[in-house]
Amino acid sequence: MIEFFQHVVNGISVGSTYALIALGYTMVFGILQLINFAHGEVFMLGAFIGMYSSRYFGFGEHPSLWALLAILALAMVGCAIMGFLIERLAYRPLRRSPRINVLITAVGVSLFLQFSGQLLFGSDPKFFPQVFQPSGDWTLGGVRFNPLQVIVFCISIVLMAILQTIIFRTRLGRAMRAVSFNHDLASLMGIPTNAVISYTFMLGSALAGAAGVLVGLIYPKIEPLMGTMPGLKAFVAAVLGGIGNVTGAVVGALTLGLAEAFVVAYYAPTFRDALAFIILILILLFKPTGLFGTRRTEKV
Amino acid sequence: MAETASKAGEVLLKFEDVSVSYGAIQAIRNVSFEVKRGEIVTLIGANGAGKTTSLRAVSGLVRCQSGRVTYRGEVISNLPPHLIVRKRICQAPEGRGIFLNLSVEENLDLGAWAAPDPKSYDDDLAHIFDLFPRLKERRKQNAGTLSGGEQQMLAIGRALMGHPDLLLLDEPSLGLAPQIIEKIFEIVQMINRDGKTVLLVEQNALQALQIAHQGVVLETGHVTLSGPARQLLASDEVRKAYLGE
Repeated sequence: MIEFFQHVVNGISVGSTYALIALGYTMVFGILQLINFAHGEVFMLGAFIGMYSSRYFGFGEHPSLWALLAILALAMVGCAIMGFLIERLAYRPLRRSPRINVLITAVGVSLFLQFSGQLLFGSDPKFFPQVFQPSGDWTLGGVRFNPLQVIVFCISIVLMAILQTIIFRTRLGRAMRAVSFNHDLASLMGIPTNAVISYTFMLGSALAGAAGVLVGLIYPKIEPLMGTMPGLKAFVAAVLGGIGNVTGAVVGALTLGLAEAFVVAYYAPTFRDALAFIILILILLFKPTGLFGTRRTEKV
Repeated sequence: MAETASKAGEVLLKFEDVSVSYGAIQAIRNVSFEVKRGEIVTLIGANGAGKTTSLRAVSGLVRCQSGRVTYRGEVISNLPPHLIVRKRICQAPEGRGIFLNLSVEENLDLGAWAAPDPKSYDDDLAHIFDLFPRLKERRKQNAGTLSGGEQQMLAIGRALMGHPDLLLLDEPSLGLAPQIIEKIFEIVQMINRDGKTVLLVEQNALQALQIAHQGVVLETGHVTLSGPARQLLASDEVRKAYLGE
């Protein structure tokens, strides 16, 4: 039983980083009906920004919670800027183009960032400085917690709560929901739709950047292609939850994280990465709208 | 409103030879008409005559291919929609066009997005709820749960939240029961008496001409007749074509 809870803890901790990435996918899809395949690369950039900035400030030698929060903030700001630039330079010029053009562009941006990353950072894995190193493990009722897992989970929850507040309690959030319903209609309210789309990319990218730092903390080997697999898995999580739905993305991501933990524990560790795609296929076959998705009525 | 009275007769909105195309299809060609301050002007015509396209040309949702739209003497036909709203031109779009994923109150909030004075928000909301008590009862409800008539009231109320000088209404009677249509038209007249200029697009020509000051008849994308609404009501062409006589 204790072992079971151990797997639950692992699953939730990994799942919460998937959730941070999945939120960006789902928000961008909600507002542009675009699968932003470059999103996984923004996550990768978050990890690298975190690594370089903690090297620059020497946080690896003086680990503290503040150091972690500082590089988290830097990575989030850096990735928000990246998200802004990606949308502005790659997607906005195609706003009136067929969707397939934008989709192919997204794949192109993804590859561009992967290989620019290899050029800039080198293709060998880099070590992510341990900016925060709590001593020993915590135990609760026999279940062992790696404190980092707890920290990762807590930070993710706080970020998701902030996002939830922005979406449902602020003027910007209301504008985002209006634009996601219908661009023309939102612009008739006086909402600058392009600015709202930029903000959406920035928010989603900031969360992906945070996920990059948090993953770097748990798995301290980072490399320019590291965004591919978590990116795809977060995409699956978003589809599982019902793409376009913010709550769905979180539930889908936690479900996927847990499912992976159980497969690794009780079936075969090598099966872990296949699981996401099995889930994707099943969801597309039996419930294409996802757990929380609603069928969008066709706009006239 | 003294200011309104002193400027009565001023031309607020002017179409000068406006043409709009969607790809190869020309939706309107060389459309010209004007809307004077304080009036209700109605654009009537059959389905596909170019009425909605004309409204979209005012609100900036389509580009004019040639000609221009001016508002208070200023060319607005090259401005993006969100800047045109700031000139206090607000629209209740066709097919109600409300945010079905948001609550009634959130819809009204969005209407006030470009309102000139955010402090008047509470008063404005109270005013809308006076005008449409049903909306007050349902303020927390999702807009998608409203009946057709209530949705239309919400669309008009939302447009009023933006303090329009010029109110654009796109087929407010569409798909509504006769009593509701009557109610909506009464409210449009009331809004107009409150000092707002109204550009009303309607298929329901008879009722629209009865409340309007001026009428413009569109047929396959161009203006075939225009003039005082009363004259149009009496003209043989209009009676034959639109009133089924």
